[in-house]
Amino acid sequence: MEEKRHIISVLLENESGALSRVAGLFSARGYNIETLTVAPTDDETLSRMTIVTVGSESVVEQITKQLNKLIEVVKVLNLAQRSHIERELMLVKVRATGELRDEVKRLAEIFRGRIIDVTESIYIIELTGEGSKLDAFIDTLKVTEILELVRSGVSGIARGDSSLSISNRISKNS
Amino acid sequence: MELTGADILVRCLKDEGVKYIFGYPGGAALHIYDALYRQDDVRHILVRHEQGASHAADGYARVTGEPGVVLVTSGPGVTNTITGIATAYMDSIPMVIISGQVPTHLIGDDAFQEVDALGVSRPCVKHNFLVRDVKDLATTIKKAFFIANSGKPGPVVVDVPKDVTANKTEYWYPESVAMRSYNPTIRGHTGQIKKAAKLLLSAKRPIIYTGGGVTTAGGEKELRQLVRRLDYPCTNTLMGLGCYPANDPLFIGMLGMHGTYEANMAMHDCDVMLAVGARFDDRITGDLTKFAPYAKIIHVDIDPASIGKNVGVEIPIVGDAKHVLSDLLKAIEKLDIEPNFEALKAWWNQINSWRSIDCLSYDRQSDKIKPQYVLEKLYEITSGDAFVTSDVGQHQMWAAQFYRFDEPRRWVNSGGLGTMGFGLPAAMGVRLAYPESDVVCVTGEASIIMCIQELSTCKQYDLPIKIINLNNRYMGMVRQWQEFFYDRRYSHSYMDALPNFVDLAKSFGHDGVLVENPADVEDALRETMARKDDLVFMDFITDPTENVFPMIAAGSGHNEMHLSPKAESKDAAPQERELA
Repeated sequence: MEEKRHIISVLLENESGALSRVAGLFSARGYNIETLTVAPTDDETLSRMTIVTVGSESVVEQITKQLNKLIEVVKVLNLAQRSHIERELMLVKVRATGELRDEVKRLAEIFRGRIIDVTESIYIIELTGEGSKLDAFIDTLKVTEILELVRSGVSGIARGDSSLSISNRISKNS
Repeated sequence: MELTGADILVRCLKDEGVKYIFGYPGGAALHIYDALYRQDDVRHILVRHEQGASHAADGYARVTGEPGVVLVTSGPGVTNTITGIATAYMDSIPMVIISGQVPTHLIGDDAFQEVDALGVSRPCVKHNFLVRDVKDLATTIKKAFFIANSGKPGPVVVDVPKDVTANKTEYWYPESVAMRSYNPTIRGHTGQIKKAAKLLLSAKRPIIYTGGGVTTAGGEKELRQLVRRLDYPCTNTLMGLGCYPANDPLFIGMLGMHGTYEANMAMHDCDVMLAVGARFDDRITGDLTKFAPYAKIIHVDIDPASIGKNVGVEIPIVGDAKHVLSDLLKAIEKLDIEPNFEALKAWWNQINSWRSIDCLSYDRQSDKIKPQYVLEKLYEITSGDAFVTSDVGQHQMWAAQFYRFDEPRRWVNSGGLGTMGFGLPAAMGVRLAYPESDVVCVTGEASIIMCIQELSTCKQYDLPIKIINLNNRYMGMVRQWQEFFYDRRYSHSYMDALPNFVDLAKSFGHDGVLVENPADVEDALRETMARKDDLVFMDFITDPTENVFPMIAAGSGHNEMHLSPKAESKDAAPQERELA
């Protein structure tokens, strides 16, 4: 079956241990994680997680179901199935000396990156965009030397009306 | 009035209606044990090893449907319960495990008897909690019981640091808890149920295949009504035995690796399969590429993740087996279509010809005790009315094949995890739940050794379990695989230094009987079963070469079974069958 990239958004209780449950699920069942980001939302009791994974439709369906089974998971949405926006932040420290100082600055501008720290021989560039844009920028930086690079992993959000937020359904036992 | 965490914990158990807890004390749990000492509402059963506590609570849960409760200390106390927790998890058994933990200020310091209980149990629990504040204790216990015994049930660990059990707060036990992130679906989708009813009625070669989910939901009555209404063949998984009566003519036996010839052949040839509360695991399906090639499948399960996991299905229905079966019956009545009687008649003729091979037949003339014979006689003598627990291996399969369960919650075994050592402690839980009933533990000499220490618990609490030890001096199932697939290289499946089980039982304060001749089996069983007040260890010296048949080897399909030599002789040449 064809393997595809999927972006899964998860709304979960902001409790210690919730992240390790998700990470444990992926390792125990042998699913891929390409990137994983997590942070609290505007509602401090909830965290929002974005997981990028690669797998066949059936594997991704299992991932979604298994995530939903975790007690702390409130909602799961596969963004790949709808129109969405994804962004990733990258900070990259590069060698910038001599002629390269201008060249690297120009490249950063082309990619709408910002130079946020400068020394005699070094730039730190901040760049936001889709993963492919970040990849392309890294490729162009071959003109100089990359000293250090950090990427945040993908955050995603659905376009338009659909939103991943809590509904009023609450389970009750008697 | 303010109470300590320990008192609150015990009050919670009382208010939850818990009658028994199975446990073992230790440092981090001492406040809780002190609180237990000062009350009479909840009875504590002191086991000899924490694994025993977890299996005993599991056995109690399996026969009552109520969560089994375990209390252990931190560190080794909780790690010793992991096998039992994983056993319960694989079979979806409700359990609440309360573990002591080192005081909160020492957590993470590698303190004495500290282990990350949440971390080590996480892969094999439905959920787990660490209680950091005594104010959260009662609500957490309520949540633990709610989660353990709703939806697809499972074990829940509550880790309670020692200081939390000493701190005080007002006691208040919530009547219910609400969780926005946990909402099991109970009712099946009406449209899907209607589609399922139509497909079922259109079947020419139907089969109804049900598992432990029917037991969990208490759906046996609805299942029986449906099967009888349609006159369709019914097969049960190892976990589902008893949901449909084994003695009913519409029952075609257990299916799967050691299922009957007729059940597996019918699974292979069927055109419509209704699967209820079963999860198509590898011991059921055999090679997935050869599984039920002609079947349209309706799958009913409370766990959406079980549906479509191993086998693609036509009609998925998420819901509780009892509700869905009842709605399905109603949908069938409403449709006012009759089953295809003519096709059904031909299908039953086919099934009955498979039946006539008598796949469970064995050599009755042998001068050695055949394990099947012991179980057949046990069934007769107990009138099929005993609770039967088992360990894991050949004896487990023979018990499943030869003890014909007519009711659910009578057969207690570790199906998913396959845990040796389960049978004896599980039997303790069963006997405590049903103190007037016959409780039999069918085991083998390898399995029983794994939790033999619990004979001491049986003595302390006067639990007159009957142990049927089918002693073939081998790890029989391992030996069987080595015979078939490893060219008879019996690597480490033989024990050279077995104890004298009769003397061993006596040293624990019980009685034992050694049975070596086929002619003595029946009388020995009769005499033993009549001893209502004694635990008797029956050591049957059985034929070490006996194998479990039928058998579907790994990589084979349902129509590729190994049969016993006896049944093989009756297996007519494969008939030409036209299957569309």
